[in-house]
Amino acid sequence: MSEVGDKIRCDACPVLCYIRPGMTGACDRYANRDGQLVRVDPHVLLDRALSEGGKVVPFVNAEAAWSGDILRRPGPLVTAVGAGTTYPDYKPAPFIVSSKVDGVDMVTVVTEGIYSYCGVKLKIDTDRHLGAECAIVRAEGEPVGHVTTGEYGSQMLSLGGVNHLTHGGKKEGRVTCDTLLNLCNGKPVELVVDGGATVIVQAGKAPIINGKLEERMRVGCGSATIGMFAKQWGDKVDEVVVVDDHITGVLSEHQAGKLLGMRDTGIRMKGRRSTPGRYFHVAEPGTGWGGTNVSDPLDIIAGFNPKVARSGMTMLMVSTTGEQHAFFRLGEDLRPIEAELPEALRESVERISENCEPALCSVLFMAGAGGSLRAGVTENPVRLTRSVRQALTTVTAGGAPVTVWPGGGITFMVDVTLLPENSFGYVPTPAIVAPIEFTLRLDDYAALGGHVDEVRPLEEVVAEHAQRPNAIFSNGVVARSVGARRKA
Amino acid sequence: MRAPPQQRRLADGRMHLHDGPIDLIIEAFGETSAVEEAYAGAWGRFATILDELCAELPLLRADPRDAHAPRGAVARRMAAAVAPFRARRFLTPMAAVAGAVAEEVLEAMTTGRKLARAYVNNGGDIALHLSPGETFSIGIVDRPDRPILSACATVDAADRVRGVATSGWQGRSFSLGAADAVTVLAASASVADAAATLIANAVDIPGHPAIRRTPACDLDPQSDLGERRVTVAVGPLTRDEINRALALGVAEAELWRDRGLIEAAALRVGEQTGLVGAAVSRYLGRVPTVVHNGEKALHAVS
Repeated sequence: MSEVGDKIRCDACPVLCYIRPGMTGACDRYANRDGQLVRVDPHVLLDRALSEGGKVVPFVNAEAAWSGDILRRPGPLVTAVGAGTTYPDYKPAPFIVSSKVDGVDMVTVVTEGIYSYCGVKLKIDTDRHLGAECAIVRAEGEPVGHVTTGEYGSQMLSLGGVNHLTHGGKKEGRVTCDTLLNLCNGKPVELVVDGGATVIVQAGKAPIINGKLEERMRVGCGSATIGMFAKQWGDKVDEVVVVDDHITGVLSEHQAGKLLGMRDTGIRMKGRRSTPGRYFHVAEPGTGWGGTNVSDPLDIIAGFNPKVARSGMTMLMVSTTGEQHAFFRLGEDLRPIEAELPEALRESVERISENCEPALCSVLFMAGAGGSLRAGVTENPVRLTRSVRQALTTVTAGGAPVTVWPGGGITFMVDVTLLPENSFGYVPTPAIVAPIEFTLRLDDYAALGGHVDEVRPLEEVVAEHAQRPNAIFSNGVVARSVGARRKA
Repeated sequence: MRAPPQQRRLADGRMHLHDGPIDLIIEAFGETSAVEEAYAGAWGRFATILDELCAELPLLRADPRDAHAPRGAVARRMAAAVAPFRARRFLTPMAAVAGAVAEEVLEAMTTGRKLARAYVNNGGDIALHLSPGETFSIGIVDRPDRPILSACATVDAADRVRGVATSGWQGRSFSLGAADAVTVLAASASVADAAATLIANAVDIPGHPAIRRTPACDLDPQSDLGERRVTVAVGPLTRDEINRALALGVAEAELWRDRGLIEAAALRVGEQTGLVGAAVSRYLGRVPTVVHNGEKALHAVS
C-alpha cells in the first residue's frame, strides 16, 4: 500500500486501485479508511472475559497459554470480526488458530459468514398495539418483515429472512439488508406497521412508538396487577379497574378482592368476561390506555347496576404500567365523576410504575451457517455440522455465545449487543456478513477433515497482528471485553 | 500482497474462476472428456488475464484518440468492440472489459474441441457458444432470485446472438443514466457490453432532481469517465417520467440496431420495461422458474 495525496493505493490485486478516503476499490472488498487500507470491517482480537468495563487487552502480552474452554474461562479469543471473507469458499478460513492447553490442542476456525438466509427477531417491550399479528412491517415503505406473536409485556417482530432479502423487489432486498445491518450494528431504525404504529427501535434502547418514548414495561397483565396490589387497595377504594388490552382486571369481582371481603359495586364492563374479575377485549387494541385504543377509560365501562351501586362510591382506574390513572366518585345518577386522586392511592399507582422494568428493544440476529462457509473450515462440511450437534465444536459469533437450533444445518441466534461494535457488514447480493467461529480440539478438527496444514499457533497470530496494527485495529479500534459494547 | 487466481468446481458442476475483481461462472456441455479439457483450457487462459489487462490499464482507460492501440488479446477485443460506437459517443475500451474477458475465456474453451454448448458468465456479461441445432434460453431477471422474469429469449444457433450483457446505475460500473438494467443481445459479448453501457447511459431525464449525480473522479480517481457526472441514486419517478426516460433509451438502442451492432435490448426502470428488436419480442414470454446464481447475475442460462 502506498499513499498519494489523500488517496491510497491498494496492492491486494494487480488492478492497484487508488482509493479515496471513505471509498472502496473496484472489488468492493478493500477500502480507504482515514488513510489506511482496510477490509471493510476491522479485525478484532477480543478479550473474552465477560467482565464489564471495556478493558483493553494488551495483545503483545497476551498469555501464551490460551484457555481451551472458550466460553467459561478468561483468556484471549480470536474472533472473526473483519477476518475477511473466504470467497471462493474452499480457501481455508483466514485464521485457524491452535494453542496447547493441558496437552490438548484446540483450534478456532475464524471466518466471516455471508448470510443470504438471515434475519432478526425483535422483542419490543410495550403494551401498546403495534399492529395486528401477520401485519407487514415496513422500512422506507418496503416490506421487511411482519408482526408475529404478542409475548409477556412485549411484541415480537420478525424481520428479514430470505424471502424479503432476495425474493422481493430489488429495493425491498436492499432496504431489508440495510434495516438488518443497522439493527445488528446497534443503530436506530424506523419501522411502520401496516394499519398500526410507527416505531423507532434500537437494540438495548427503549422503543419510540408514534413519537412517544416507551419508558416502562408493564408490571403484569391487568389481572396480575390486581393480584399484586389488591391488599394496598382493599381498604382505600371501592373499586379498581386495571385497564389492559389483553386481560383487564376488576378488583371487586376478582378472586383477590373477594378474599379481602370487598363488596360488589355493580360495575358493568364492556368486553367479554373470562373468569370473575378478568375481561377480554374491553376495547380495540391501540396506543392508548393499557394498549387499548381508549383515551377516556370510562369508555370501557358500560354502566353501574342501580340495584347494587350507590352514589359516593369510589373507583380507581389505572393502566398496567401506572402511566395512566384516574380517580372517580359516583354521582347521584351513578355516573362516575373524575376527582383528585387521594394521596393514599397515589402511592399504589407509583408502586406500579416502580415495579415496571425499563422497556427495551432486544435484537437477536438469526442466520444459517449450514451452507458453503463450512467449506472454509473443513473439506467435508457435513462433518462440521455433526460435530456441532455432538457438542464437540463450540460456535460463537464475534466471541459471543450463540444458541444453535436443533435440527438440520447450523442455524443460530445471537444477541447483537454482545458482539463488538460494527461487527456486521453486508454484500450487495444482498446478504449480511457476520463473524462466526468454530472451536474444537485439534484432533477432532483433523478427524473431520479440517485444513490442518493451515493451523497456526495463537502466539503467532497475536504477534503478527501486534506488528501490523493498522491492518487489524484500523481507525484506533481496539479490542473490548465481550459484553462491554454500548454499556458505557 | 497479490493473491493468486482461484478456481473451484461448484456443487452443480459449473466452474467458478476468481481473480481480483473478476468472477467467472463457466459451463460446457458435450462429451465428458471434452468438457474437462474445456475447463482446463479456461483455467489456463484465465490465470494470466488480469495481469495482462493491468499491464495496459492506463491505455485502456484513456480516450482511444489519444492512445496507441493496445497489444494484449483481451485488450484488442475491447478496443475493437468500442470502435464502431465511437463515431457518435465517448467510450473507452473499459466499457467492454467484462464482455471481452468472457469472450477470450470462451474461445480458450472451444478452440480445437467439439462442445455442444458452452458459456462464460462474467458477472452478468455472457459469451455463448452454440453448435448447429443447439439453443440457450436466457431469462432476464431484474429482481435477482425472484422467479419473475421480465423477459425470456431463446437464442438459437441460427441466430447471430453470441453475447449478452447488462448495464445499469446500480451495478459495479458507473452509469450516466437512470436505468435499473439494460440487457443487450449482440453478436459478441464485448459489443453487447459496450452497447449496454451506452443504452443505459441514454435512459435518463437530464436535470431531474431525483436522479443524483457525482463526478466519477470524486468516487474513483482512476475512472475513465473523469469529470463526467455518474448516477449515485435514483429517487421516485412518475410513470410518465419513466416512460420518457425509457423512450430515450429505446431510441439509442434502435440507433445501434439499425447499424447492425445489436440484435435486441430490454430496458428496465422501476416496474416498466422497454423492448427493442425481434429476437427479444419474438421469443418473449413468461417462464415458470429461474436458474440463478452469482452476485450480479441478471441472467439465467440453461
